[in-house]
Amino acid sequence: MPRTEKQQSEGLTLVDAINEALAQEMERDERVVCLGEDVGLNGGVFRVTDGLQKRFGDTRVIDTPLAESGIMGTAIGLAMGGMRPIPEIQFEGFLGPAYDQLVNHAARYRTRSRGAITIPMTVRVPWGGGIHAPELHSDSPESIYIHQPGLKVVIPSTPYDAKGLLLAAIRDPDPVVFFEPKRVYRSYREQVPEGDYTIEIGKAKVVSEGTDVTILTYGASVFQCLEAMDKLPEDISVELIDLRTVSPVDKDAIIASVTKTGRCVIVHEAPKTCGFGAELATIIQEHCFLSMKAPVQRVAGFDTIMPYYKLELEYLPNADRVVEAVTQVMAY
Amino acid sequence: MPIRTAYKAQVDYLQILDENAVLDEKLVKGEGGKPVLSDEEVRELYEYMNKCRALDEIAFKLQRSGRMGTYPQNKGQEAAAIGAGYAAKRGVDWLVPCYRENAALWMHGLPMHYIFLHWMGDERGNQIPEGVYQNPLCIPIGTQMLHATGIAWAFKMRKEPRVAITFFGDGATSEGDFHEAMNFASAFQVPCVFFCQNNHWAISVPREQQMNSETVAQKALAYGMPTTQVDGNDLFAVYKASKEAIERARAGGGPSFIEAVTYRLGDHTTADDARRYRDPAEVEAWVGKDPMIRLKKYLTAKGIWNEEKQRELDQAAKDNAQKVVDEAFNIVKPAVTDIFDYTYATLPPELEVQKRTMRTHSLGQGVGAEQLQR
Repeated sequence: MPRTEKQQSEGLTLVDAINEALAQEMERDERVVCLGEDVGLNGGVFRVTDGLQKRFGDTRVIDTPLAESGIMGTAIGLAMGGMRPIPEIQFEGFLGPAYDQLVNHAARYRTRSRGAITIPMTVRVPWGGGIHAPELHSDSPESIYIHQPGLKVVIPSTPYDAKGLLLAAIRDPDPVVFFEPKRVYRSYREQVPEGDYTIEIGKAKVVSEGTDVTILTYGASVFQCLEAMDKLPEDISVELIDLRTVSPVDKDAIIASVTKTGRCVIVHEAPKTCGFGAELATIIQEHCFLSMKAPVQRVAGFDTIMPYYKLELEYLPNADRVVEAVTQVMAY
Repeated sequence: MPIRTAYKAQVDYLQILDENAVLDEKLVKGEGGKPVLSDEEVRELYEYMNKCRALDEIAFKLQRSGRMGTYPQNKGQEAAAIGAGYAAKRGVDWLVPCYRENAALWMHGLPMHYIFLHWMGDERGNQIPEGVYQNPLCIPIGTQMLHATGIAWAFKMRKEPRVAITFFGDGATSEGDFHEAMNFASAFQVPCVFFCQNNHWAISVPREQQMNSETVAQKALAYGMPTTQVDGNDLFAVYKASKEAIERARAGGGPSFIEAVTYRLGDHTTADDARRYRDPAEVEAWVGKDPMIRLKKYLTAKGIWNEEKQRELDQAAKDNAQKVVDEAFNIVKPAVTDIFDYTYATLPPELEVQKRTMRTHSLGQGVGAEQLQR
């Protein structure tokens, strides 16, 4: 689909970028099919698949029955049968019914069949809070899937990264969970190459170079961190790293940065305990012990149920909490 | 306004060779008026059944003598597995099993010792060879039917004239995934056959307690799917119903459901003791309905079988079982690095470090930056 005038002049939103990646890959590879609840005629509840059914037909962009385990389980079968399925689970809170299929089957098949049966599948899931959505539409369950061997977990935060990472995910020979931070689906535009490009899964991005403190984050929190950096005194030099892939995580990038700065603040929306920050802090402890000038700090969701939206902005990490954490590690 | 009937349905029961080996001459006829199975085919399948039974018995003994892990006996359900397996095209159609269809998997090209390897704690038993179309045994109950539906869906998308057939027990039809699979298969009219081995027991819970439906087969009515109940211990009935369902699917007629009424003559697995919950008289009654007894009677009455042939077959089945056991035992233990090598297509850096240092380091202590210098 040609880009609109607005897209040409102002760039693409995250939604546009994912839509373009899906369209281009469906054009390039006829094995690619999208399936899920309302992804066809309606273009998905966030319009991520808008126009795709019209272009590729209802046998490649498929409105399925309302059953998450069914979507995940048949997508696994489609992959076994030689397709490259892209199931969508409408919100991360609805991954529960599909958990068994994703974890007990998709993740295990290469291992349990010693490579005879593999599941090249990309599970797209709108993820995270901050959009005033109803219950179970705002959670951050990534740790559950990071913890599962056999899965890869990708969380882009920008339109450019989303397109390149999604193309890499679809072409990956293993199941990839692709979490889309809905808070930044349409929050801004950026120029994204029209052509084909991939971003390697497992590689972090240094958003901003610095020497005093490393901030490790991913997803929509990247933008709260950028806001915090604007609020911090100019003499604090922050290195902001967007992990982009949380499984497998880019240890080399983390170690190189924290060895240099000696300080680290980890920011994520998910609850603190056993959140991905716990693993990141351990990596730092194992590899950067002698370089550390202060204990690692975490700015995370609280260990509570994600509140309804009246209180969600107080639950989610915000710029002030990140400023506070950076100030503390600098003062240690 | 009078009440009208919104929906009406019935479920047929098919039996061709009864437990006294009496053949229904009319029902046995298939297309062109010929019997669905020739005498030669029946003899071959009977011999195959004997071989599978011998393997099942020896697997049981291996477990009892501590040389195999938990094993679920297939005993008594051979006609169901073989009838359905024989109806599917080898090298074309795709079998998606539970774990009580060994005979069908072997018939479709799975090396016999692979199933032994599986239950001996070795994943290589799941390494389905190239050109053999089947999934490995599926341990959680009822999840595999969705995979079969997806595989069949892929066949439809790719316009390949192939069919997926999935096996499961009566208990599995209580699972949500069963209903999701049936609904998807029916909504998208994919070439999938749902083959239920109703063996009356889901470990200790009897069929009657598992559901209030009179038959399992009627569950398919809710999904607008052709459905039938057959005598699962009758090779002819199982084969005829399966062939019909498979060829209908291949021709674009969508999914079908078959309930094969059979009986689990053994325990659920070797870790189970069915005497705790089953009436011995019930088991005794089903022993008499063993699919092999009636086939032997049938072939003997036809004059193409006798005790001497049976003795030869018993010996051949025993020899084969010994050969399979030898193959399973003679395989070298897998390299421990195998646990890393198949997690992903390419080893991620962290797993590479774990693999390289598993013998020399704890997972954290001492694994310093120097080890990242690969």
